Amino acid sequence: MTVELLDRKLLFVTGKGGVGKTTIAASLAVLAAQQGRRTLVGEVDAKGNLADFFEIGPTGFKEREVSRNLWAMSMNTEDSLKEYLGLQLKIPLVARLGPLARTFDFVANAAPGVKEILTIGKFVWEVRERHYDLVVVDASATGHIVGQLAAPQSIQELVQVGLVRDQTDWMLDILGDPTKTGAVIVAAPEEMPVNETLELVTRLRASTVVDLAAVVANRVLPELFTRREEKIFDALPVATLTKAIGGPVQPLLDGAQLAVTLRRTRGVHLERLRQELPPEVPLLFVPYLFQRSHGARATRQVAEHLNEELT
Amino acid sequence: MPAPKRPAASTRSIEQLLAAKEIVIHCGSGGVGKTTTAAAVAAMAAVHHGGKVLVLTVDPARRLANALGLEAFGNNETQVPPAAFTKAGVEARGELWVAMLDTKQSWDDLVTRHAPDPETREAILANPLYKNITGRFVQSHDYIAMERLYEIHASGTYDLIVVDTPPTRNAIDFLEAPDRMADFFSSRLLRWLTVPARSRVFSLASRPFYSVADRVLGSKFLEDIAEFFLLFQSMYDGFVERAKAVNHTLGDKRTTFVVVSTLEAAPVREAEFFIEALDQRGLHLGAVVLNKVLPSWFLEEGTTASAQAMVSRSESLAEALPASAGSPELVARVLREVGESFLNFQVVAKREADTRADLSSAPEVVATVPYFDRDITDLAGLLELGEQLWR
Repeated sequence: MTVELLDRKLLFVTGKGGVGKTTIAASLAVLAAQQGRRTLVGEVDAKGNLADFFEIGPTGFKEREVSRNLWAMSMNTEDSLKEYLGLQLKIPLVARLGPLARTFDFVANAAPGVKEILTIGKFVWEVRERHYDLVVVDASATGHIVGQLAAPQSIQELVQVGLVRDQTDWMLDILGDPTKTGAVIVAAPEEMPVNETLELVTRLRASTVVDLAAVVANRVLPELFTRREEKIFDALPVATLTKAIGGPVQPLLDGAQLAVTLRRTRGVHLERLRQELPPEVPLLFVPYLFQRSHGARATRQVAEHLNEELT
Repeated sequence: MPAPKRPAASTRSIEQLLAAKEIVIHCGSGGVGKTTTAAAVAAMAAVHHGGKVLVLTVDPARRLANALGLEAFGNNETQVPPAAFTKAGVEARGELWVAMLDTKQSWDDLVTRHAPDPETREAILANPLYKNITGRFVQSHDYIAMERLYEIHASGTYDLIVVDTPPTRNAIDFLEAPDRMADFFSSRLLRWLTVPARSRVFSLASRPFYSVADRVLGSKFLEDIAEFFLLFQSMYDGFVERAKAVNHTLGDKRTTFVVVSTLEAAPVREAEFFIEALDQRGLHLGAVVLNKVLPSWFLEEGTTASAQAMVSRSESLAEALPASAGSPELVARVLREVGESFLNFQVVAKREADTRADLSSAPEVVATVPYFDRDITDLAGLLELGEQLWR
């Protein structure tokens, strides 16, 4: 059974730090919205990076409209707790919740799983309430994501009764349904990101109920030359060219050489990723964008590339 | 490279910086090369400064172990075989040691050290909450990394310790970890949680909290938490004292921080945030390492015109080259590719240069490491990278 990526309801976008998680999350959301889906994109690490990709002001816990069909928000566990207490427990505590929430945050820090539940619970809840056609989460990096996605099970192991425990059942139903929820791992074609991606594939399966929806190979460099062209390149007469052009040529050749070598070194890791990834997992390629900025323009360009890969 | 802000400063390179320090903490956003640069400077220090140098890493990758000529390394310190240096063509004046941070093992050691008696120790180690906190959840990583660093430094076994910090959600988390740990153990909440459940109900002050907590978490879970912290409380004095000592070490004159970043927007923002956080805490920023930077010749004068000419005049240029260069048609395509590729990379190089100029709070030492076009697989590669940022 294969489900189209954007037909799922909830996507967690993860990957090693620095591979472009936020770019891919933002672009998937843009693409889904362009296709007419009401889409929410939320960042888990509230560093404010997500806002840069849409060139909007800072995002908060309360979602804000970015463009047609597209809303963005930033996770904040304290606000998530407030919302949770109000919605789920009908506790009208808003007035005296300030210090209480702080204390609670403290317990949440100490009691394993609570913070994680508050983080992913908000997104799963949005799916349950069908507020959106798709929720895209710019999730935590490879080191933290399993702990977050496995939090409902941890809570079930540790907590026998109580509301938190009761909440875990419907969360697991949604998280474990591959037609609804999927993880997207972003990898750059370099050694460590590929290693971490392959490790995460195993860990996701072992410790969580979440299906792996796709792997995105981001920042793939172009192939400059065919083998025949490379021979010509290697033998280019520098002195003659420099004279004919009337300006520096060596840096240009060095630049091309760097591009060729980088592509080749990375190609090895890309190939390894292709080989070792379970065959049923779609591998999407996004080229390296030689861009001045990572703003809204770049986000839309990546969305276009993703669209080509998905159709 | 921009001129140092304080030209009279005594430290002008990482080489000089490390010569006078005992602890170097590498920090920065994920994926910028903390582990690699930490290992590289440690290797350089072992070669050039001598003494016993330890690199303490949180990166469990075998790659680093293999690069250092080891099969693997773990929580205990392992020496990099001197033969690995010989193989890399250098004579090391000192020794290079490596250790990896095993969070679970380090916590167990800590509990063993501070537990008042064997019964308490066993009860804590077997507690399900303890296992979860130390094994599965990540906040405990930060504290234990600093704790382990303190422990090793206090042992006096090494002349220099280079640390690579754990990937935190927020780069300053680990700086605050000792304080948070101390706060936590002396907090009212903990005292409240650890009074017997029955008397809790009568405490008016805690009543609203308790009723909410009880409904959300369930009283059984609260009791579990309470039991766990009751056990932990027996180690209170040891922990608080320890957290203070760890903090003291971070602020010591012999400790310095190296902020690692690429010239991409997000890591730079985090680096600036971190530099500010260090400043606010009165901690010493020793250097900024800018990693994976495109070579400066992408911005050389006249190159843009040359590249543009190569693209627009590719055919006539190809005709002008001797026939030995290849068929003019193919040569023209190669020239176009070269020119276009150069212009592409130049866009990125320009952006990097701008970002760099914007890096306002640069310290005295800014080291730039160019993009390595291949993987670092051995000590020679590590030292080659080290050479780039050493002087």
